[in-house]
Amino acid sequence: MQKIGVFVCHCGTNIAGTVDVKAVAEALSHEPGVVFAADYPYMCSESGQNLIKDAIREHGLTGVVICSCSPRMHETTFRKAAASAGLNSYMVEIANIREQCSWIHKDMKTATEKAVILGRAAIAKVALNTPLTASETPVTKRALVIGGGIAGIQTALDIADAGFEVDIVEKEPTIGGKMAQIDKTFPTLDCAACILTPKMVDCAQNEKIHIYAYSEVESVKGFVGNFTVGIKKKARYVDETKCTGCGLCTEKCPMKKTPNLFNLGLDTRSAIYIPFAQAVPKVATIDADYCNMLKNGRCGVCSKVCTAGAIDYHQQDEHIEEKYGAIVVATGFNPIKLDNFDEYAYAQSPDVVTSLELERLMNAAGPNGGTLLRPSDKTHPHTIVFVQCVGSRDTSGCGKPYCSKICCMYTAKHAMLIRDKYPDTEVYVFYIDVRTPGKNFDEFYRRAVEEYGVHYIKGMVGKVMPQKNGKLLVRASDLLAGEQLKIEADMVVLAAAIEPDKTARSLATMLTASMDTNDFFTEAHPKLRPVESPTAGIFLSGVCQGPKDIPETVAQASAAAAKVIGLLVKDKLKSNPCIAHANETLCNGCSSCERVCPYGAITYVDKEFRMPDRTTKIRRVASVNAAVCQGCGACTVACPSGAMDLSGFSNQQIMAEVDAICR
Amino acid sequence: MIFSYYPGCTLKTKAKELDAYARRSAEALGITLSELPEWQCCGGVYTTAEDEIATKLSSVRALMEAKKEGHALVTLCSACHNVIKQTQYALNTDDDMAFKVGNYMQCDARAEADTKVIHYLELLRDIVGFDELKKNVKNPLTGKKIAAYYGCLLLRPSSAMQFDNPENPKIMEDFIRAIGATPVIYPMRNECCGGYITAEDPAMAKKNSTAVWESAKDFDADYIITACPLCRYNLIKSESPLPVIYFTELLAEALDVK
Repeated sequence: MQKIGVFVCHCGTNIAGTVDVKAVAEALSHEPGVVFAADYPYMCSESGQNLIKDAIREHGLTGVVICSCSPRMHETTFRKAAASAGLNSYMVEIANIREQCSWIHKDMKTATEKAVILGRAAIAKVALNTPLTASETPVTKRALVIGGGIAGIQTALDIADAGFEVDIVEKEPTIGGKMAQIDKTFPTLDCAACILTPKMVDCAQNEKIHIYAYSEVESVKGFVGNFTVGIKKKARYVDETKCTGCGLCTEKCPMKKTPNLFNLGLDTRSAIYIPFAQAVPKVATIDADYCNMLKNGRCGVCSKVCTAGAIDYHQQDEHIEEKYGAIVVATGFNPIKLDNFDEYAYAQSPDVVTSLELERLMNAAGPNGGTLLRPSDKTHPHTIVFVQCVGSRDTSGCGKPYCSKICCMYTAKHAMLIRDKYPDTEVYVFYIDVRTPGKNFDEFYRRAVEEYGVHYIKGMVGKVMPQKNGKLLVRASDLLAGEQLKIEADMVVLAAAIEPDKTARSLATMLTASMDTNDFFTEAHPKLRPVESPTAGIFLSGVCQGPKDIPETVAQASAAAAKVIGLLVKDKLKSNPCIAHANETLCNGCSSCERVCPYGAITYVDKEFRMPDRTTKIRRVASVNAAVCQGCGACTVACPSGAMDLSGFSNQQIMAEVDAICR
Repeated sequence: MIFSYYPGCTLKTKAKELDAYARRSAEALGITLSELPEWQCCGGVYTTAEDEIATKLSSVRALMEAKKEGHALVTLCSACHNVIKQTQYALNTDDDMAFKVGNYMQCDARAEADTKVIHYLELLRDIVGFDELKKNVKNPLTGKKIAAYYGCLLLRPSSAMQFDNPENPKIMEDFIRAIGATPVIYPMRNECCGGYITAEDPAMAKKNSTAVWESAKDFDADYIITACPLCRYNLIKSESPLPVIYFTELLAEALDVK
């Protein structure tokens, strides 16, 4: 005989505001098997939990139904409470009467009716629940960090510091990411390279860290604590173990007209290259699209001059498989393409540049050795116009609806640096709003305006018009003065919106990690679990989760590392007991379940069966690998003979719920 | 190939040459433009600024007429093209509008007015093809530096017009290349000439139009070409030192049917 207890939560007014909780408790108390029903303002509070525990002990409850918020929120809380009172934690069911009821309804009567129905379904289900025991799986004590920018670097260093092995997979030939391309950082104006490169060197020298540069993640299998990841090491046509990074090959290579991607194509480099002086690993890479030897077999200069004998024109992509306990995504961002913003004449004039290009133009290691010159004729610019929000906060469909967050500050930085170095250069900044919420940020922006005399104008630029004389006529509106402005500028700098790296989407599919509509990774909880993905064992670091500046990125990177360390220190993880199993007498070995299983958890075995006529027969039947099954239930739906069933969500239980709803 | 053709009022009065050269050129290119048996004035761009149905009905009738003829509808005047395209766009996207128009016309307006509408330049680009046009040129205008003036009506609103990139169009430049001349790219080519403002505030229209031809002149253009009678009117009225001619005239010249 089932003894079920029902607990209806008010959640303050979150539920009680639209649902008559007392009426729900009263209605559910008459359901078959229910021996106790109560309501309480906050069921998740300590006294709320005590109410549940006491009822379990006092009434000898065999099942508990809690009508409250989403199970994502407090299922674990209530399961723990039940377990501490001696009830198997899988004998607890949650009826979600908040997200799926009170929050979406306005009418008390309808919402109350629906809450009763949801409660009834949960009661019908819990009556059929069976106690389940979680098994344990071992944890691979090694972490993978995908992306070697400042986010990935910081995460890797922190994990290694705690004594765990960690691998960084970086798709470029060097780690360093976007921060390596930046000249100075706000609000302190310290040199980005000076604070980044020591960390890059730390990564290279740390025994616990292994860097797979010029590599990409190809496949991800397994689950939290036990991931198996396929990594492709792209052929760089240089033996990493032999190359000393002397750079002789890059000097002698005749293909000097290769676009220098590190300088965003603003100048050229040789076909064999080291991206920048402080690259880690400091190893040359051959750009196969430009190398004469690789394209048509004529040249071979680099091979001749390399004293280390490191050049290998026949090098192939290498495929590696590694095991990890945790994976951190740190795939970063890129500025958007400006194809939809032709009004700013970016494609038509070399003197219209993006802010990241300006970083390179002002950098001592950039194309002009740190002297700011107009790209078109290498002359000193006397008037520079900055345009903010190019594609940010843009609901027209041309850009991105969100604020890119970093542009206000870096534009203030650029404006200030230019005014400081070239006081004869007038600087105009067109903005929608100036957003500077950060430590010492607003002070920084005010310095740009008050001390450096940067002209901040509220309004957007309508059009940038290249003139015959080489100047750029900027037409804009000054919203505060209510005037149309025309400014003849030498350069225009566009603060292009940032977007997640294009590789993130395919990676998210491999990781089964969710993304939002803008392709930013979704966190497990926007406030309380900001560095974890909803997929167990996947953690988020840096801009892949949302726009952020360097200090915030580093903070999040360390937070992600802390979460990884918390996982890796465990020797064993409790696994989810709600997994599939096959009823072998019903299974006819048709392979339907195997085909739909996204985790590859189903295999087939030949088994001997005793037949009714006392003969034995060998039949092919499905077998579920309990360690790999994630309990998604796809196989139970696909199975034509009803042999597949999911513990905790059996076909019988689901049908009982449906029956209760339709009653 | 046969297409229905909507000339519009201006092409029967002030801009006869725009029409005449277009017809002759089309013939030379093996295209038959069959003028709709019955059509009314599109109402000019004023109709698109009004929130009423009646003024848009003449466009709807033209669309339905062409549908009956069974051909795509070719337009030439920028303003007519704009009004007809915008009316069709509104019919397709605005249920209320489709309902009211249906009531007036006593039919399923959305279905009966879903004629494909193309501008004469789109006809050259998408049906004839600029490469094919180039082959038909008998009298290439080599060495002529020509400034294409789009104005706004061909390009905007881009969601309805679907004509070319409104900020950096290239169809007219490609046309200029096809007839052997050199296009002049100047920043004011897609700005407004002042349009009907000229009736109320001639000084304002003059300011706009002057900025256009000054920009074209600055980049050493020999001519300005346009598809719009109103643009041409405003540019000439603002005393453009550059000749302002219809693109069809150059087409006819290149095809040797002028």
